[in-house]
Amino acid sequence: MDKIKTQLQQTSQATHSERRGRLISLSALSLIVLVVIAIFWFVATKGLATFFENHVDFWSFLSGKTWDPGVKNASGQPLFGALPMIVGSFLITVLAALVATPFAIGTAVFMNEIEPRHGAKIIQPVTELLVGIPSVVYGFIGLSVVVPLVRNTFGGSGFGILSGTVVLFIMILPTVTSMTADALKSVPRYYREASLALGATRWQTIYKVVLRAATPGILTAVVFGMARAFGEALAVQMVVGNAALLPQNLVSPSSTLTSVLTQGIGNTVMGSLQNNALWSLALVLLVMSLVFNLVIRLIGRKGALR
Amino acid sequence: MTEPIITTDNLHLFYGKKEALKGIDLSFQERGITALIGPSGCGKSTYLRCLNRMNDLIDDVTITGNVMFRDQNIYAPDTDVVALRKEVGMVFQQPNPFPFSIYENVIYGLRLAGVKDKQKLDEAVERSLRQAAVWDEVKDDLQKNALELSGGQQQRVCIARVLAVSPSVLLLDEPTSALDPVSSHVIEETLLQLRYDYTIITVTHNLQQASRIADRTAFFLQGELIETNDTKKIFMAPEKQETQDYISGRFG
Repeated sequence: MDKIKTQLQQTSQATHSERRGRLISLSALSLIVLVVIAIFWFVATKGLATFFENHVDFWSFLSGKTWDPGVKNASGQPLFGALPMIVGSFLITVLAALVATPFAIGTAVFMNEIEPRHGAKIIQPVTELLVGIPSVVYGFIGLSVVVPLVRNTFGGSGFGILSGTVVLFIMILPTVTSMTADALKSVPRYYREASLALGATRWQTIYKVVLRAATPGILTAVVFGMARAFGEALAVQMVVGNAALLPQNLVSPSSTLTSVLTQGIGNTVMGSLQNNALWSLALVLLVMSLVFNLVIRLIGRKGALR
Repeated sequence: MTEPIITTDNLHLFYGKKEALKGIDLSFQERGITALIGPSGCGKSTYLRCLNRMNDLIDDVTITGNVMFRDQNIYAPDTDVVALRKEVGMVFQQPNPFPFSIYENVIYGLRLAGVKDKQKLDEAVERSLRQAAVWDEVKDDLQKNALELSGGQQQRVCIARVLAVSPSVLLLDEPTSALDPVSSHVIEETLLQLRYDYTIITVTHNLQQASRIADRTAFFLQGELIETNDTKKIFMAPEKQETQDYISGRFG
């Protein structure tokens, strides 16, 4: 009797290991949360210092067209107009997504619906392989293939939004494709059967039922691709021309938030006005990726409701 | 006896090397309900799916023999499968409405056929939903997403969706097995109304259901057709011992 009593009152082996497991995963989680908060805190304090310590006007930062750290205008305000970079970033992102989406949907439909056997064996692994190629390789290909091509076709230097768009289009295509394919895969088989049994052709089934049912997933894929394009630095910097000017057309040299950051951050002194201005750009970038993430969440939730 | 609407003649079906149907000779008269019964894996669903060529969707299936729909061998190379499936509609075991509104679900087949006239579509929706005995429950909210309906309502919307295309044959693959008894009963009532206008072939595991609604019953066992007759005869005085054993619950 006593033996049973002590056994029941003692913490068992299983409880111990349960607690240990809980502790391990909880500490891992807290560490990550801490890191994320630290990054946000760091970027936010640095980025906001431009406005609070150096008293740069927030609106002239967002809407100013001249980016010339170190030079002051007539009223003594430093020239920190980030508009060219913001416009450049958005233009490249949106254009790349616009071009990539139809290709991604086409590829995903082919490998998932039209030729699933080859799709699963060849195209899907190849697509996933493309996701893993380092961005410097894409940038290098852009530099040696895309830029000359643009130069010979449209004139100018070849560096600019167009080249950036092409490189980013190639970069995000695999990501968007494989996520779209996943979205198509999650459309239940019985939707297809029901449609075919009603006398639909395969093509009608694909575009009237499968694509429609997969729309939230496809949108998520596109926004995810946009987030990636928006944050990509190296490959873009190699082909965009890096002139902090408002883009005149698609082939005039311009710059993006990321390209200015990678170029400038090593050449400024920590704590200086120039350095703080770069952090403000980083803050804009961070906020934007947060927005992209929220949009993905929102679409996901809306899709789950259906 | 008039000409049968569907006749299968020495129908064999192989999944890879495995023979799932071993030469089925069976014919269906126009109108009325035929129930296909038999234990799981006996081939009755497989047989049903041969009649509108849904088995084409599965890899590695070989079919030999003839399936005649009216005067057309549906496995002949010149068969228009799309046209065939409009004539031979199918309702599945799991209610599978599209994630669209009720209205759009019902007009799906008509839209495919290119019908654009709003009035025609409206009429078809009301007619089909009435036929499927679900009109009174959904008429006030046709724009509601069909997935928000109950299982029984969903299944009746699926029946309406098929009826909207005006097929001559309705294939039902265990249409009530995923539903509660009340919904099942409503669907049975629906089928009993539809039997005057449509040729209905239904697969069922529920022997009472077969005896309640079917005019004729066919008993399948291990890929073979054991016996087919008027439902009454099958249940009261079957000719074969296996049929007797199955309906009295001695196996299966």
